[in-house]
Amino acid sequence: MGALATAAVLVSLLYLGLLFALASWGDRRAERGRSVIANPYVYTLSLAVYCTAWTYFGSVGVAAAQGVGFLPVYLGPTLLAFLFVGFVRKILVIAKAYGITSIADFASARYGKSGTVAGLVTIVALVGSIPYISLQLKAVATGIGLLIAHDGSGAVLSGLGADTALIVTLLLAAFSILFGTRHIDATEHHQGMVLAIAFESIVKLVCFLAVGVFVTWGLFGGPFDLLDRAREAGLGDRLGFAGTRLTAADWFVLTLLSGLAALLLPRQFQVVVIENLEIGHVKRASWLFPLYLLVINLFVLPIALGGLILGGSTREADSFVLALPLVHGQGWLALLAFLGGLSAATAMVIVETVAVSTMISNDLVMPILLRVGALGLANKPDLTRLILGVRRAGILLALLGGYLFFHGVGEAMGLVSIGYIAFAGVAQFAPLLVLGIAWKGANRNGAVAGLLAGFLVWLYTLVLPSFVTAGMLPGSLVAEGPFGFDLLRPTALFGLSGLNPVSHCAIWSLAVNTGLLVLVSLLTRPSDLERLQAILFVDVEQSRRTPRLWRGEARAGALQELLVRFLGRPAADAVWRTEAARRGRPLEPDEAADAGLVERAERQLARAIGAASARAVIASAVRGETVGPDALMEILDETQKVLEYSRRLEQKSNELEAATAELRRANERLQELDRLKDDFLATVSHELRTPLTSIRSFSEILLDNPDLDAEERAHFLRIITSESERLTRLINDVLDLSKIESGRMDWQVAPADLGEIVRAAVRAAEGILTERAVALEVAIPAEPAPVVCDRDRVVQVVLNLLSNASKFVPKPGGRVRIELLRKDGVFEVRVEDNGPGVPPAQREVVFEKFHQLTGDLNTQKPTGTGLGLTISRQIVERFGGRIWVEDSNLGGAALCFTLPIDEAAPALAA
Amino acid sequence: MLERRLARLVALALTALVLLNFPTLALVDRAVLGGVPILPFYLFAVWGAVIGLAAWLIERPGED
Amino acid sequence: MAKRVLVVDDEPNIVLSLEFLMRRAGFEVQVARSGGEALKALEGEPPDLMLLDVMMPEFDGYEVCERIRARPDWNKTKIVMLTARGREAERERGLALGADAYVTKPFSTRDLVDQVKRMLEVG
Repeated sequence: MGALATAAVLVSLLYLGLLFALASWGDRRAERGRSVIANPYVYTLSLAVYCTAWTYFGSVGVAAAQGVGFLPVYLGPTLLAFLFVGFVRKILVIAKAYGITSIADFASARYGKSGTVAGLVTIVALVGSIPYISLQLKAVATGIGLLIAHDGSGAVLSGLGADTALIVTLLLAAFSILFGTRHIDATEHHQGMVLAIAFESIVKLVCFLAVGVFVTWGLFGGPFDLLDRAREAGLGDRLGFAGTRLTAADWFVLTLLSGLAALLLPRQFQVVVIENLEIGHVKRASWLFPLYLLVINLFVLPIALGGLILGGSTREADSFVLALPLVHGQGWLALLAFLGGLSAATAMVIVETVAVSTMISNDLVMPILLRVGALGLANKPDLTRLILGVRRAGILLALLGGYLFFHGVGEAMGLVSIGYIAFAGVAQFAPLLVLGIAWKGANRNGAVAGLLAGFLVWLYTLVLPSFVTAGMLPGSLVAEGPFGFDLLRPTALFGLSGLNPVSHCAIWSLAVNTGLLVLVSLLTRPSDLERLQAILFVDVEQSRRTPRLWRGEARAGALQELLVRFLGRPAADAVWRTEAARRGRPLEPDEAADAGLVERAERQLARAIGAASARAVIASAVRGETVGPDALMEILDETQKVLEYSRRLEQKSNELEAATAELRRANERLQELDRLKDDFLATVSHELRTPLTSIRSFSEILLDNPDLDAEERAHFLRIITSESERLTRLINDVLDLSKIESGRMDWQVAPADLGEIVRAAVRAAEGILTERAVALEVAIPAEPAPVVCDRDRVVQVVLNLLSNASKFVPKPGGRVRIELLRKDGVFEVRVEDNGPGVPPAQREVVFEKFHQLTGDLNTQKPTGTGLGLTISRQIVERFGGRIWVEDSNLGGAALCFTLPIDEAAPALAA
Repeated sequence: MLERRLARLVALALTALVLLNFPTLALVDRAVLGGVPILPFYLFAVWGAVIGLAAWLIERPGED
Repeated sequence: MAKRVLVVDDEPNIVLSLEFLMRRAGFEVQVARSGGEALKALEGEPPDLMLLDVMMPEFDGYEVCERIRARPDWNKTKIVMLTARGREAERERGLALGADAYVTKPFSTRDLVDQVKRMLEVG
């Protein structure tokens, strides 16, 4: 091994040692309560674990082959970061409220603390992580290989090539185990680790920029020179969109996928959510993180173009960052470049394996072990060692998986292609996560169905073809479809072709995943616990006070034993001291644990072993029923009922108010009617008393004055007679009106001839008219005027109009004209006179009860009852007609009424 | 005024999505400056601009 | 000198009967057929007593009564209100407006004549 390679190994070991020291220091500071990472800058730098060897080496590779095609991977997270304050903040609130330890735990807790969901998410995360880890291994191994090759020890290289990767793998595994599994509590923040990866983010940024500056200004005369040379080399086209060899849809889908990955990749969820110390940090990170991405990508194109101009091929472009300084004799810069790549890779591996191994232990292995009663695990005195052991095994598993993938597939593929497989894999969490915090209706069955289907589509459309690329499966599978089924071609499913395989996979898998999640959720009933958890997650701001989940008998001592077993003695004692402080007295082992204690114990356990396991553990220890779902739902239902009741009360009171208002209106109306009736009675009384007064007065006068002369006697007697007649008329009219108004009138409805009716009325009125010397003119056509009515009543109307008219005409010289006309659909009867007429303002009033038409009072006061027109109107309207007053051609008033023509009359049909 | 800030950031994210995707990119892609497509410069410029805008939206005082 | 009585009513037959009764009782009788006519008749020499109908067109008996009582020089005229509306409230209203007596129609002719005589302190 040459000098450079040796130096690289030494520097790497030193670097890892430095990281370890840094992490230990960070942890110690945290233990003393003087955190060095509690600020948005370290938080931002920790998010930059997003930039791995993929970014460091792979972006240049993509840029060399596809120009700006590497950019969606960073534009997506930029857009996501803008949603930090909204969307991601809610996830953080939920995670903190419920002690979430990983994305699998989050999903499980949301879907009724389901072990199935937790396990499934863990498997998908693990399977998705393996190619991604292999990418890091490949990058580091390739880097070391390059350094060794440069030293010229070719023989050593060919023998060591594969071993390098294995050595790197084992070294990283050991380092991650040392790093990641020092604590049992998975929610307790790994402050040392965060500090270390934040430091690594600075290292990789500085190193990459150094290489970029070297290429741009060292190998070329600045960016413009570089551009000129690129154009001369015919590379100009590569910078256009055509150079990306992507479609518009690919560009969009890759942006979306990357945005999702920046949150959903196990390591991203770890740093964004689990390791977050203060929710407030996301604010500044939401623009600082994109800024970091922008800066680290500034020199990707220059390095790629520079490498190509200087004779590199696109196939080797993944190693331009390292190769360019190396080829140009900059040994120390090459070493720096290698160190940057190493830092990018180690940061990813550390966080990813910590996240994945936590999931493996908490969400996959422990729940299974705890459920296998034969192991008697729940009764083992100390489980912390077991849990840590499982996590260590998980780390080793993930790294070895990565190594195997690298060997089987990774060597045949570019770094970025491998990364995209992981992106599309973890994107399968998006539907259950996004819908999970936004839609209460999403349930466990839907989540499982969607995730499982999305996962399978992902395996089929993206992972399977990668095995084909690696030559592990026959090429015909992709080219022709399985068994020659063209529609089932993995990269052109059901004929969806022309897309980049990654967007093809993303479109199909996410569509199937989301569709099934929604569909199955709508079709299946969630359990009560799922409903509860859904409410707790979706309405997290309102339901921060978690309902008590346990009711039942548990001794405090039993709980303590559990905590000791799962958390270890010191942690359990700490919890117990807090409980004692809360009560102000130590807890007796035999005392009954209240619901609050049980719940807090469960919470503590969940922090260590996840929600699903904690629930199983507590269930085993708490004797008696759990509160569960049924009782809990009872409580919820009770609340619901109270709410419903109060809603109904409110509704009732609104109804009451409305009813009261209606009653008030009705009462007002009644009072109005009563007043009208009173007025009517008073008026009737007045109208009756007036003729009575005359009758009584003159009767008494006649009685008391027998000496009156004959003429005077006769005069007085005539007055008595006429007043008596007036009284009779009045009584008849009042009776008629009251019958009509109360609907008790006995109408004799039959077809009749209006002409005949008018003639009959004229005959009856002749007496009065002659007496008053009124000249009557009659204009009635000979042909019949068929109507349907009560003949006698209509005669009464016409008679009334004629008698009215006769009262107002001048004496002498009075003229009345009665006319029957046929108009549009009606017959109209007009009674005109040459009297004083009715002023327009009075034309409606005359139809009111007891409205006396006051004409010229030189004559005697009219002797009408004041009810005639009122009754006439009632009668006419009863038969569908209309009655009104207008000006007369004779100079006075015209009282007119209509009745509808009887269309069924035979006379008309003829 | 967290709500307003939130709405503005979402609007910014949507604007950025439109500016950094098709069909906007198709318009930009036609332009060539000095024999080199301006697409890469456009992408970085817009990217930087939206980050600046986000920083301004988040960091300016007096809105919480 | 005979006392003078003003009969105010819009009902011709009632006017006729009241005129007859008052003449027979020895009073000098004047007739008005509306409120307006009644007020006109009061100008010059006001009568000693008025028989005033309440329900009349234009302005009614109450209003006439009110106007009369507003004039100090007409204070000596006694007012007997006649009405076909027999409600207690109306009677009180009449008396409150300054009427001296309130008679409901139909009335006993003898009682009315007696009351008028009493009020005018004759016979």
